[in-house]
Amino acid sequence: MIWYTGKRLLQMIPVFFGATLLIYFMVFSLPGDPIAALYGDRPPAPGVIEQIRAQYNLDKPFIVQYFIYIGNFFQGDLGTTYSGRPVSDVMAKAFPITARLALLALAIEAIFGILVGLVAGLRKGKLFDTSALVVSLLLISVPTFVIGFVLQYVFAVKLGWARTTVSSEAPLSELLLPALVLASVSFAYIVRLTRASVSDNLSADFVRTATAKGLSRRRVVGVHVLRNSLVPVVTFLGVDLGSLMVGAIVTEGIFNINGVGGTVYKAIKLGEGPTVVSFIAVMVVIFVLANLLVDLLYAALDPRIRYAK
Amino acid sequence: MSQTVIESIGESAVVSTEPLLQIRDLEVGFQTQHGLVPAVRGVSLTLNAGQTLAIVGESGSGKTTTAQAIIKLLAGTGKITAGQILFEGRDLAGLSDKQMQDVRGRLIGYVPQDPMSNLNPVWNIGFQVEEAIRANNVAQGKAARQRTIQVLQEAGLSDAEDRLKQFPHQFSGGMRQRVLIGIGLSARPKLLIADEPTSALDVTVQRQILDHLGTLTRDYGTSVLFITHDLGLAAERAEQLVVMYKGKVVESGPSLEILANPQHPYTQRLVAAAPSLASRRIQSAKSQDADDVEIFSGGSLDTTLVARAAEREQAAATQDLIKVQNISKMYRIRTKGLRYNELLAVNDVSFAIKKGTTTALVGESGSGKSTVAKLILQLESITSGQIEFDGQDVAGLKGAALLKFRRRVQPVFQDPYGSLDPQYNVGNTIAEPLLAHKIGNAAERQARVRELLDQVSLPWATRYRYPSELSGGQRQRIAVARALALKPDVLVLDEAVSALDVLVQGQILNLLTELQTELGLTYLFITHDLAVVRLVADNVCVMQKGKIVETASTDEVFDSPREAYTQELLAAIPGGNFQFGR
Repeated sequence: MIWYTGKRLLQMIPVFFGATLLIYFMVFSLPGDPIAALYGDRPPAPGVIEQIRAQYNLDKPFIVQYFIYIGNFFQGDLGTTYSGRPVSDVMAKAFPITARLALLALAIEAIFGILVGLVAGLRKGKLFDTSALVVSLLLISVPTFVIGFVLQYVFAVKLGWARTTVSSEAPLSELLLPALVLASVSFAYIVRLTRASVSDNLSADFVRTATAKGLSRRRVVGVHVLRNSLVPVVTFLGVDLGSLMVGAIVTEGIFNINGVGGTVYKAIKLGEGPTVVSFIAVMVVIFVLANLLVDLLYAALDPRIRYAK
Repeated sequence: MSQTVIESIGESAVVSTEPLLQIRDLEVGFQTQHGLVPAVRGVSLTLNAGQTLAIVGESGSGKTTTAQAIIKLLAGTGKITAGQILFEGRDLAGLSDKQMQDVRGRLIGYVPQDPMSNLNPVWNIGFQVEEAIRANNVAQGKAARQRTIQVLQEAGLSDAEDRLKQFPHQFSGGMRQRVLIGIGLSARPKLLIADEPTSALDVTVQRQILDHLGTLTRDYGTSVLFITHDLGLAAERAEQLVVMYKGKVVESGPSLEILANPQHPYTQRLVAAAPSLASRRIQSAKSQDADDVEIFSGGSLDTTLVARAAEREQAAATQDLIKVQNISKMYRIRTKGLRYNELLAVNDVSFAIKKGTTTALVGESGSGKSTVAKLILQLESITSGQIEFDGQDVAGLKGAALLKFRRRVQPVFQDPYGSLDPQYNVGNTIAEPLLAHKIGNAAERQARVRELLDQVSLPWATRYRYPSELSGGQRQRIAVARALALKPDVLVLDEAVSALDVLVQGQILNLLTELQTELGLTYLFITHDLAVVRLVADNVCVMQKGKIVETASTDEVFDSPREAYTQELLAAIPGGNFQFGR
């Protein structure tokens, strides 16, 4: 297991370099001149543009720019945005907010999704099951921004239980409503996944044998049905954690949250290479780690999967 | 096993005159879209304390449903619609779920059919045994762990203590079945229901396990309700037999009496169809044992067939169609890092098959017999040696030549459920090889499908049905028809009848021998079941651990087996020593 984890961590190195190089190239190739765009209609004094270009190494060939950037990156210098703020500052502000939002959403979808899915699976064909299926279908088919605006209107504007927008500190209590919106689609998928998995496992031979041993219904469901049913759900959750962390541009936009999604979106629009690449690099690492976590959890839940090598 | 534990489990002393289990007019039905479909129709049986009773019948006869009704674990929509299940005088049919929980495990143990799917793959063996012990209040805490080890040791796992932390997938089928038997008996129940406990296992393992189960239940004084499709097995293991057919009990009584003198026509057919050492090769019936022909009354072995068989044997006398010389197959199993363990699955195997004859390859699972089949079918490459087909070396065949070879040598596999595509109807399934080899146009293919369905005795209307709508025997007929579509010379039958009930098995074997006579086919018959070998094979190769240990004609092998291993296999055939009334 240790070997396996080590090997997977080593695999991150080529993934990291590949992803950053690719993103750097893509930002480099974006049309338009970011420096000219900074000044809008009023052109700056001649020489100033050249000076700024030299400052940000924009006058050098692409591959040189990339290596200068990577060299600085490993010295802890992530560069500055065109407005002069260090990228590390921007990150230090955006990532904790997004992390809180993502983990909150993940907790909501995992707890409620598995719970609803389990009950629906146990009562297949009954009213609860049918309602769960209808609601989940609704959540999957309605776009996130519609759910977002509806919840914002109902809970924040009409009932006043929550703030319409999240303050820059973004405490957990204010993030509850956005997390709910963010979790809604995945919640629906988890309900369906858990339900299908539970109802499959309920008719498994080993469940009948467990009942024949004289175990109580509660124990049969809790010990023999639930754990087996969680394997596909955990896989989904892990992948979802990755995408939640990478940001939710729509949800962040609705609630005016200064998280990762919004920041990257702005940086791409401005053509700020260092900012975009730094964020993406961290996202790549998060994504790969989340996947590793899934694989390890997978092995913990299902002993048939063993990573010996 | 201490006396105190027995007493703590027992609830009330059994009155010796009262039967332990008495089923009266039991009716069980399954709710479907078309209403209630009865599965068990008025079954009555009586089992006394300390006795063993076997319910025998083919699949669909309701034997498993009856067993599951007793502990109220009917699958899906099944429910008891009428009748009584009296256990120590108490009607189980009327008990609530909560009350049943106390009956299950503690008073009635259950050993399920398939050891592969009946242990939860994600919990270790120790956990799964211990939870049964705790749930039935046999022991708690540390004592429960001690008891777990004891239970497993009693079930025949000598190194139980070291293996508690292992998971089901690390156990062989036989060992898993021992674990399940251990669980079933862990609370010393008064009744053990064993539902086909060894059908999925090799004959030798089956024998060991059943012997062990017999010893345990005798020692504990446990009554056993034994469910099986194998009449020989039932007769060998149970004092009382109940024969079920289409949900009804057609005959019941002492085993030996029923075997010697079956009254009901169905029982008579069952007794006759039970393949045993007493049977003979179906086709060699032409010279001897004319009464054996009647056994397979499903098919007609008229005189023309017999004449053709004689012709065939004459023509066949000269030519080796398949010649296997010193073939070996090495698998490299990756262990740690870059190191490999080498596994010699097939070790220096040689044999030849004459045109138009049947050679059986016999052995336990893991003996390499299926690997030999794959090598001959060119599904895997040989490590060394030579395979000749019709005078041509087939080892290096590629492209068109390989395709041509495939057309002449066709496989039929074990599992009629797994080897047919559920999304394909029967007509398309049979026509698929023709399509793959671009033979004929749509109309010609249709005509061929019709001919093939006719050959395997299925009505033309079957072509629109899907595998899920057919029985196991019908599916295996389809698989045979598909294999015959390209007019091959050779069929490689890998455990082709092992998954079928005796009667259906008999029909398919009969069909195969008829087709052999009609079409001059050559068979390589791979099986673990020696009783079946006797019915169809001309020659037998016995394999053990990758090697052929004995090659001889079928009669030689059965009448005077030379090797100890062959003798062991023969001795393991259930009911082999019974005189069946024929």
